[in-house]
Amino acid sequence: MPEKKIRVLIAKPGLDGHDRGAKVIARALRDAGMEVIYTGLRQTPEMIASAAVQEDVDVIGLSILSGAHNTICPQLMNLLRDKGMNDVTVLVGGIIPESDIAPLKKAGIAEIFLPGTSTQDIIDFIHKRVSMH
Amino acid sequence: MSEEFKATTQTARPTDASSAHRKPSAKEQAWEKNTLQPTLERNPERQAEFTTISGYPIRRLYTQADLANWDPDRDLGCPGEPPYTRGIHSTMHRGRLWTMRQFAGFGAAEDTNQRFRYLLAQGQTGLSTAFDLPTLMGYDSDHALSEGEVGKCGVAISSLADMEVLFDKIPLANVTTSMTINSPAAVIWAMYLAVAEKQGADWKKLAGTLQNDILKEYIAQKEYIYPPEPSMRLVIDTFEFGVKNTPKFNPISISGYHIREAGSTAIQELAFTLRDGLEYVEWGMRRGLDVDVFVPQLSFFFNAHSDFFEEIAKYRAARRIWHKAMVERYGSKNPRAWALRFHTQTAGCSLTAQQPYNNVVRTALQALSAVLGGTQSLHTNSLDEAWALPTEFAATIALRTQQIIAHETGVANTVDPLGGSYFVETLTNEVERGAWDYIERIDAMGGMVAAIERSYPQREIAEASYRYQMDLDKKEKIMVGVNDFVSEEKPLDTLQIDESVAHRQAERLSKLRAARSKEEVVRRLNALRTAAEGKDNLMPFIFDAVKSYATLGEICDAMRDVFGTYEEVAIT
Repeated sequence: MPEKKIRVLIAKPGLDGHDRGAKVIARALRDAGMEVIYTGLRQTPEMIASAAVQEDVDVIGLSILSGAHNTICPQLMNLLRDKGMNDVTVLVGGIIPESDIAPLKKAGIAEIFLPGTSTQDIIDFIHKRVSMH
Repeated sequence: MSEEFKATTQTARPTDASSAHRKPSAKEQAWEKNTLQPTLERNPERQAEFTTISGYPIRRLYTQADLANWDPDRDLGCPGEPPYTRGIHSTMHRGRLWTMRQFAGFGAAEDTNQRFRYLLAQGQTGLSTAFDLPTLMGYDSDHALSEGEVGKCGVAISSLADMEVLFDKIPLANVTTSMTINSPAAVIWAMYLAVAEKQGADWKKLAGTLQNDILKEYIAQKEYIYPPEPSMRLVIDTFEFGVKNTPKFNPISISGYHIREAGSTAIQELAFTLRDGLEYVEWGMRRGLDVDVFVPQLSFFFNAHSDFFEEIAKYRAARRIWHKAMVERYGSKNPRAWALRFHTQTAGCSLTAQQPYNNVVRTALQALSAVLGGTQSLHTNSLDEAWALPTEFAATIALRTQQIIAHETGVANTVDPLGGSYFVETLTNEVERGAWDYIERIDAMGGMVAAIERSYPQREIAEASYRYQMDLDKKEKIMVGVNDFVSEEKPLDTLQIDESVAHRQAERLSKLRAARSKEEVVRRLNALRTAAEGKDNLMPFIFDAVKSYATLGEICDAMRDVFGTYEEVAIT
C-alpha cells in the first residue's frame, strides 16, 4: 500500500505580502512528495486554524517576516489546542530575532527556520518529526 | 502551468546567442590556439559554465569582436545626452554626489522623528520614510488586523496628527523627503502636503518622492487594497495634482526593487519595471496629460544585487530603454522626459542572518555598483536586517559606507569609469535586448495590467526565485556563511519594538477622535465617497478629509466602500 502523503498547510499570517519564502517552500515540499495547501496572503490565526482542521494537516508552516510573530504564534497555538489539534507540527520561517526563538518554542512552535535554511533541511525535519507521531 | 507559460519561461535565461556571430580577430584566434588551448588542457576551468547571479551566461573573455556592431557615438554617446548610457548629467557625481537617503521608520512618529534628526546630524542628505504594515494597508493602529504589527516594520501613521509629529522640527522646504507608501499613497501625500503648508513651505518648491507604484504591488510586494483600475486612477490623480501644484516633487517611484527582492532576475527586474513605467505613461496620456510635462516628474527605483557587472549593465540599459521608448513610442520632445532618474537600494534579500558582519561588505560592493551605474540617490542596508530593523549603530555604519565610497575611493572623480569596457558594453547590450523581449511580450498581452491579471510577471518571478533557491541548495551558487564557509557566531544586539507603541497609538487615536469635529469629518468623508463614484480628481477631496483629521483608515474605508478590495489568485 502506498504510504499516506504528509499534508502541509503553508500560511502567510498578518498584513505582510512578502510571499517569496512561502511560495518557494510550498513548491519544494510538493516536489518532495508532500501534499501542500497554500492559504494565500493575509490570514488571521482563526483562518489558519480552521484551514488546518478542515484540511486535516500534519504540519503548518508559517511564513512571518513582519515582526508580528510574538502576537500571531501564541494566538494560533491556543486556537489549535481549542480545536483539539494537539499533534499538528507548527513551523515558522522568516525574520525572527534570536531572543524570540526560545519563547516561541515554549509556546509550542516545533522549529524556527531562519533565512539561509536549505529546503532540504526543512524537508528532513518534517519527515523525522511526522514519523515520530 | 500552461504550455504557454512554460515556453516563455525559457527565455528568462537567454542563451548565449551573440557569441555565435563573433568574428574574433586574427590575434585573438592565434591566442586561442597557442595560449588558451594548452592552458585549458593542463588546467580546466573551475566550472563548465559561468553565470551571473540571475543565471545569465558569461563568456571567458570579451574583446572588440563582441562589439562589432557597436557604435560608440550612437550606443554610448556622451553623459547628459541621449541615449544616456553614461548617465543623465554631463558632470555626474563630479558635479553633485548622489543623495544619501537612508530608509528609516519604526515605532511611533516621535521615535522615527528622533532617528530622522539623528541621521541628518550624521550627514545624511535626504529623508526616506518606512511605514508600518497597518499604514501600508490603510488601517489605523487600533484596527483589529493591526494587532501585533503597529510600529514593527516602519512608523505607525494613522492621521495628520501623527504626521505633524513625524516631521516636527524638520523643515520640509529644505529636506527632500521620500515616502515608501503605495495603496494609500494619495492619503499619506496629502498629510505631508498639509504639514508642509503648516510649516509655511511653498508647495512649488517641495522636493521628494512618493513611491506610489501600485503595479509592482500586484506583481511582487502584494500590499494592495483596491483593484487595479481604481488604484491606477488614484495614481494618475496624483500625477495630475503634482503637475499643477508640486512641479519639483516626484509623485511616483517606479520600483524594480521589490520585484527583485521577490526573486526575479536582473533582466526581469529591468523589464517589468520599465514596462510598468510605460503603463503609467499611457494611463497619464489617456487622462489628457502631456508627456513632456508629466513624465519628467516620474522617477525610478532599482535594486543593487550582488552580481557587480550585471547590475551596472542593468542601470545603463535602463536609461537607454527609457530614452528610446519616450522618443519612439510617445514622440516626446522634452529631453527631461527622456532621462531616467533613479534611486537604488542594496539588496535586502542578499543579507544573511549568519555571520552578519559580512553584510557590511556585501552592501558596500552593491552600493559601489549603483554608484558606477550612475544612481541619483542611494540607500545602503544595515548589517542586522536579516534579524530585525536596524539599530542606530548598524544604520550609522550603513551611512558611513556611502560616505567612504563618495570621499575615499575616487570612483566619483570621473563620469562612467566603466564606459568602453568590452564586457560592460556587451553585457549592457545583452541585458537591454533581454528586457525588450519581455516588454514586447507584455505589449502583446495588452499591457501590464492585463499581464498582471493573467499572473504573467508573478509566475516568471516565482520560477526564477525557485531556480535560485535550488541553485543554493545544490551549492551551484554560493552564499558565504550560509551554504559554504559556515562558522558559529555570537548573536547580535537587535532593535526591539514592543507593544507599548500600539498602546500609545490607540490612546492617541481615541483622544483625536474625541477632539475633532465629528460633523466635519463625516461631511468630508461623504464628499470623498461621492467623488470616488464619479470621475473627479480625488486629491483635493482626500486633502480636505486629511485636514479635518479624518484618519487614514477612515479615508481608505471611504474608498473601499466605492472601489471594493482586491484578492489575488495565489500561485505556488
